[in-house]
Amino acid sequence: MMATYQATVERGVVAAGDRSRSPASAAWRRLVASPAARAGLIMVVAFVVLALVTPLVHVYDARTDANLGLRLKPPTAAHPFGTDSLGRDILVRILHATRVSLGLAISAVAVAAVLGSAIGFLAGYLRGRVDLVAMFCMDIVLAFPATLLAIAIVAMIGPGLRNSLFAISLVSIPAYARLSRSSVLALREQEFVLAAQGLGGSAGRVLASHIVPNSLPPLIVQTTLSIAFAILEAAALGFLGLGAQPPTPEWGAMLADSYKYFTSGAWWVFCFPGAAIMLSVLGFNLLGDGLRDALDPRLGPS
Amino acid sequence: MGRYAIRRSLTLVPVLLGVSVLVFSFIHLIPGDPALTMLGERATPEKVAEVRTRLGLDRPIWQQYLLYVGNALHGDLGVSIVRGDPVASDLLRRFPATVELAVAAIAVAIALGIPIGVASAVWRNSLLDSLARLGALTGVSMPIFWLGLVLAWFFGVQLRILPTGFRLASGTTFVPWTNFVVIDALLQRDWAALADALRHLILPAVALATIPLAVIARMTRASMLEVLSREYIRTAEAKGLSRRVVILRHALRNALLPVLTVIGLQIGRLLAGAILTETIFSWPGIGLWVYESIESRDYAIVQGVSLFIAVIVVGVNLITDVLYAAVDPRIKYE
Repeated sequence: MMATYQATVERGVVAAGDRSRSPASAAWRRLVASPAARAGLIMVVAFVVLALVTPLVHVYDARTDANLGLRLKPPTAAHPFGTDSLGRDILVRILHATRVSLGLAISAVAVAAVLGSAIGFLAGYLRGRVDLVAMFCMDIVLAFPATLLAIAIVAMIGPGLRNSLFAISLVSIPAYARLSRSSVLALREQEFVLAAQGLGGSAGRVLASHIVPNSLPPLIVQTTLSIAFAILEAAALGFLGLGAQPPTPEWGAMLADSYKYFTSGAWWVFCFPGAAIMLSVLGFNLLGDGLRDALDPRLGPS
Repeated sequence: MGRYAIRRSLTLVPVLLGVSVLVFSFIHLIPGDPALTMLGERATPEKVAEVRTRLGLDRPIWQQYLLYVGNALHGDLGVSIVRGDPVASDLLRRFPATVELAVAAIAVAIALGIPIGVASAVWRNSLLDSLARLGALTGVSMPIFWLGLVLAWFFGVQLRILPTGFRLASGTTFVPWTNFVVIDALLQRDWAALADALRHLILPAVALATIPLAVIARMTRASMLEVLSREYIRTAEAKGLSRRVVILRHALRNALLPVLTVIGLQIGRLLAGAILTETIFSWPGIGLWVYESIESRDYAIVQGVSLFIAVIVVGVNLITDVLYAAVDPRIKYE
């Protein structure tokens, strides 16, 4: 993320106040100077590393290692997070679910970021009818609470990870479209943009080399916040039985399974998957807040 | 002001039309033949053909849409495919349960969120502020159905002090007139039933309140900080007014405007969140109904509830905008 920002800065479009230090490294220093942002960064990195490393470690099989003799057993040394209703190791399932849940959230946001920013940049730059139609479509999506729209769409097109990805992307698009559009509207009147246009730069060129790079900081912040939100959406879909299908481990689906057993006092079945959701979302939210402060020095720490 | 309200209302027409197109198109998102999907593989061809005709699926698509919108305008949201009841009347029968839950949740969120936000801004960067901010961020990071589960387990199963489902204890002799159980208990002066209904309301309302509580606290804090840095606050302090008066009368009143908007924006999230909360607590509102309808592939209900909630969200946004303009004389709309 920082690398992209750095590349755009080196093209010289962001005015550097301090010559000895690039804006990107200054932003990085501001980011790691904040304890909250540091905590968020560590949490996000930890979850991503867990997601990447998990398949290398094979203790139990997360999908198939059922052991009905060990149903709903509380945490022990062999199963630190206990076992679920089919006797599967909960820790192993949570680790594998990290891959599924984070992968779903990150890919859904990636799709939304690309499509949404493209819509916003074009609408803001071309204005007129394109702008009107694009923003009207966004208003319609925004008329629905995001969770409801995602649930309704997946309920219609059918459960599964791919359909969840589609629905979560769709409801995440308007934030990007609005954000990039407002950046364009602010930037298109700036002198360096007018100069590029005056020199005969085509719309595509002006957008690609002047407007987009200068709009990146708010979009980067939006991306971390969108991922946090997407993890929650994915968990909600999984909980309602619309996301990953059994036996695939997924945090929300694990909670749906545990829901039937909470009256029996089996706290470990729902405590750990929920804590995983909360910690990963909190990590992305802390990082997003930190990035907002770090990338926009004018705002100052809130 | 009046002209603004009228013009702002007119902008609703295209949005509502767009919303109806999107909800209408839900049924066409179903892969394959919707009638067959709803009825299942074992349905007879005659039955499938009958449902197709009833849903109007044999007509050109623009006719289907006009039929859908025409019916919706007449308050006809179609018929439940499983039970055969009209969706609209079931919706109105169940909606009060959700309203009661949502009102309780927003009341909790406002009653706690605004004081926390004010305290957080007044004692900025204190331990209290740090805890409040971390708490608010944790609140928006929590899946509410998980919080619901944890609360139900802790207070319901471990401590056994609060019920974990339904709206009244089983075996109660109290018969509510409508689906507003708390209000009916009040009107009938049945205090035992009132206490029972409130006890059932606590856990789901707290679970549903978490996100709006966190959002309101954050917004109040930011808005208070903004207002407290203004010059008229310094003037008020320089006049020798007590800190209490300056904060509560001068600052808070002006800081509440953006908070009002944020509260308006939470209504949609509350109704969507009700799907998850009601599922955990077997709360018989529209959220639990949506969950059950998804399981039984009763698509007309999912469509009807989606349309209903979208219309409420659009309406609440309109009211918030108009209220904002009415309350804040500095805002002039072109």
